[in-house]
Amino acid sequence: MNWTRKDLLGLKDVSAEEIQYILDNAATMKHILSQNVKKVPHLRGKSVITLFYENSTRTRMSFELAGKYLSADTANITASGSSVAKGENLLDTGRTLDVMGCDVIVMRHNCSGAPHLLSQHVNASVINAGDGMNEHPTQALLDMFTMVEKKGSLKGLKVAILGDVLHSRVARSNFYGLNTMGAKVYVASPATLLPKNVEELGVTVCKTVEEAIKDADVVMNLRMQLERQKSGLFPSVSEYAKYYGLNEDKLKLAKPDALIMHPGPVNRGVEITTGIADHERSVIDEQVTNGVAIRMALLYIFANRRNEE
Amino acid sequence: MKKIIKNGLVIDPANNINEIRDIFIDGGRIVSAFDEKDAEIIDAKGCIVAPGLVDMHVHLREPGFEYKETIATGTAAAAKGGFTSVACMPNTNPVTDNAAVVTFIKDKAEKEGSVNVYPIGAITKGQKGEELSEIGELKAAGAVAISDDGRPVSSAGMMRKALIYSSGFDIPVISHCEVMSLVDGGVMNEGYYSTYLGLRGIPDAAEEVMVSRDVILSEETGVPVHIAHISTKGSAEIIRQAKKRGVKVTCETCPHYFSLTDAAVVGYNTNAKMNPPLRTDEDVAAIKEAIKDGTVDAIATDHAPHHIDEKNVEFDYAANGIVGLETALSLGISCLVNEGVITMPELIEKLSVNPAKILGIPAGTLSEGAPADVVIFDANAKRTVNVSEFASKSKNSPYDGYELSGEVKYTIVGGNIAHKKA
Ligand SMILES: [Zn+2]
Repeated sequence: MNWTRKDLLGLKDVSAEEIQYILDNAATMKHILSQNVKKVPHLRGKSVITLFYENSTRTRMSFELAGKYLSADTANITASGSSVAKGENLLDTGRTLDVMGCDVIVMRHNCSGAPHLLSQHVNASVINAGDGMNEHPTQALLDMFTMVEKKGSLKGLKVAILGDVLHSRVARSNFYGLNTMGAKVYVASPATLLPKNVEELGVTVCKTVEEAIKDADVVMNLRMQLERQKSGLFPSVSEYAKYYGLNEDKLKLAKPDALIMHPGPVNRGVEITTGIADHERSVIDEQVTNGVAIRMALLYIFANRRNEE
Repeated sequence: MKKIIKNGLVIDPANNINEIRDIFIDGGRIVSAFDEKDAEIIDAKGCIVAPGLVDMHVHLREPGFEYKETIATGTAAAAKGGFTSVACMPNTNPVTDNAAVVTFIKDKAEKEGSVNVYPIGAITKGQKGEELSEIGELKAAGAVAISDDGRPVSSAGMMRKALIYSSGFDIPVISHCEVMSLVDGGVMNEGYYSTYLGLRGIPDAAEEVMVSRDVILSEETGVPVHIAHISTKGSAEIIRQAKKRGVKVTCETCPHYFSLTDAAVVGYNTNAKMNPPLRTDEDVAAIKEAIKDGTVDAIATDHAPHHIDEKNVEFDYAANGIVGLETALSLGISCLVNEGVITMPELIEKLSVNPAKILGIPAGTLSEGAPADVVIFDANAKRTVNVSEFASKSKNSPYDGYELSGEVKYTIVGGNIAHKKA
C-alpha cells in the first residue's frame, strides 16, 4: 500500500488496511529478530529520537533496539537532565529536533494530546509512545499482532479488558484497533475507574469480571497504579485483587485456549496472580518480543515515508 | 458636541421603545429633541440603536498581567464589540482586594479607557477564601460588586459570612461556582468527549453543588446572590426553581455556553478550554431555554485574554478562558435572535438592561438624562470573525473564521464616539 500518513498519534482514525499493513510488516521484522545476526541496513542514514517526558525504560528500550536493529541512528531525550527540565516548552524542543534533521520522533508524554500538538509543528514523523490517558497505539498494535499470531485472525475474537480503564491509554488504543479489526471488546472495572460514556467507544461494559471473561478468547489485564487507592478510587489492594484481579478460578470461565495478556510491568498479586502471570497460556513475554517487531515495522514505514515525497 | 442619531430602529427595552426615531445627545447625555443645526448627524438607517452593552464579567488583566491585556486594549475591544460599560474581575496582581487597587483601575480607565470601567473587588483577601476583604472600603473606592472569580469561595461558612456582611453595604456578591474536590484535576467536561480524548473530566456536579449551596445561603440569609457563568442544565434548573420560590438569585451565562459544545475540544483545541468547561448539546439546549424563560438574567462574556504562549501548549497546561468582547453581540444575534430563541429587545435586555440593574450602574437605558452610552449595529450584516483584527491584545477565540450576523457600526460612550466601523 501507498503509505501517506505522516504521524501515528493513535488508532482512533487508522483504517483496517493500515493496521493490516503494519501487522504484515511486523511479521517480516519478527523474522529478522529471530536471526542470529539481527542487524539489517534498512534505516541506515535515518535518525530516530525518543523524547520521553515520562519514565518508561521498557518502551524506550523497545524503540531504541528496534531502531538499532534497522541501523538507524538513535538518541534519547528524557524529561530530566535536558532543556525540558529547564522549562523549555514542547514546541521549542520539537522544532530543535526537527531542524537537526530528525526523521522520526518517538514521544511519551504525561499529557493527552501532546504528540498531536508536536506533530502539527514539526516535519518529522511523530510516533505516540503513550500520551496521558489517551492512546498508546504501539502497545495495541503489538497486542493485536500477538493475538493474530496465536489466533490467526482478529475477526470475531472476544477480548476481555479488565481493570483501570479510566486512566488507561492501552485500553483506549485497543478499543479502537480491535473494533476496526472486527474483534468484540468487553470491559469490567470498578465503577470509579470506568470512564463516562465508554460504551460509545464501541465496547460492552460488564458489571463483573466474571461476566466479561465468560467465553473470552483473550483476557487482558491492565496495570493498576497503586496510588489510585490513595485518591479514593478503590478501597484496598486486597479488595481490588479479589473482585477485579485475575486468578485461576476466574480464568476457567474463559475459553480453554484463551490467551492471558498484560501490557506490563505486572503488579503480581494485584491485577493478576503469579500463577496467572506465569501460566502456560500467558503470552506476556511474547508481547515484549512482538513489541520490538511492531516498532521496527513502524520506524521502517515512517522513516522511509519521506523518500517518496 | 451635540449629536443626533437619525433614522435608526431604536430598541430601548427599559422604556418599552421599539420603533424608528431619532436620539439626541448633548453634554454627554441623552436629551429631548433639539434643532438640527450645529449638531453632528449620525445616520443609523437600517441599523438598530440601543443602550450601550454592559458586560458584567471581564478580565482586563491590569494590574499584573499586562502582557495579556491592559485597560487600554481591553476597553478598546469592548468598544469594538458594542460595550460601553464593563465590570472587571479582581484576579489581578495584586488582587483587587483593597481600595488602592480599585482606585488604580479607575484612574487608569479614566486616562486610557475607551469605555466605562467598573471594578469588582475580591470577596476575600488575596482571593484565598480565608478572611473577608475590606468590603466597605472597596465599595467606597468604587467597586460595584464583590467576587472571588477565578476561584470559588470554597468554605460555605465563609460564603455565608460574606453574604451577611456585604448586605450592610448593599454591594452585590457574584459567585464563581466550582467545587474543587469534584473538579479533581479535570480539564474539560466529563462525558463522551473526555473519554474519547483521554482528558480528565469535570462533572456537572462540580458547578451544580455550589450553585445549590449559594441558592440555599441566599434563601436563608435573604441576601441576593448572583451566579456567574452558568453552563449546565442542572444549574439552570436549580436557579429556575429558586426564582419560583422567591429567592433573590440572579445569574449570567456566556455566549460560548449557548453556541459551542465540548465537541469543540476535539483536536486538543486549547481555545475550547475554559472554566466552567464547554458542555453537551443537551446543556446548550437547556441554557437557551433558560435564556428564553428568563432564568438567565444576563449574558456576560467572561472575556479572558491569554498570551499565545499560554495556549500553544499541552491541553492540560493551557490557560482557561477565551476573549469574548468582540464576538458576544454577533453570537447573541446569530444563535439566539436568528434562531428564534429570544427577540432582539430581549437580547438587549440581557446584554445591557439587566446587567446594569444587577450592578446598580447608570447604564442600560436611553431615557432622557441618562448617560449617552449607545450602540448602533446592523443586525443583518454578515461578518467573518478574524482574530487578527481584534483590538484585544490576545487572540484566544474559538470563533476565528466563523460566519456570524451583526456588525457594530458605532459605539458611543458619554456622547463621544469610542468606536466607529471603518
Ligand atoms: Zn469565573
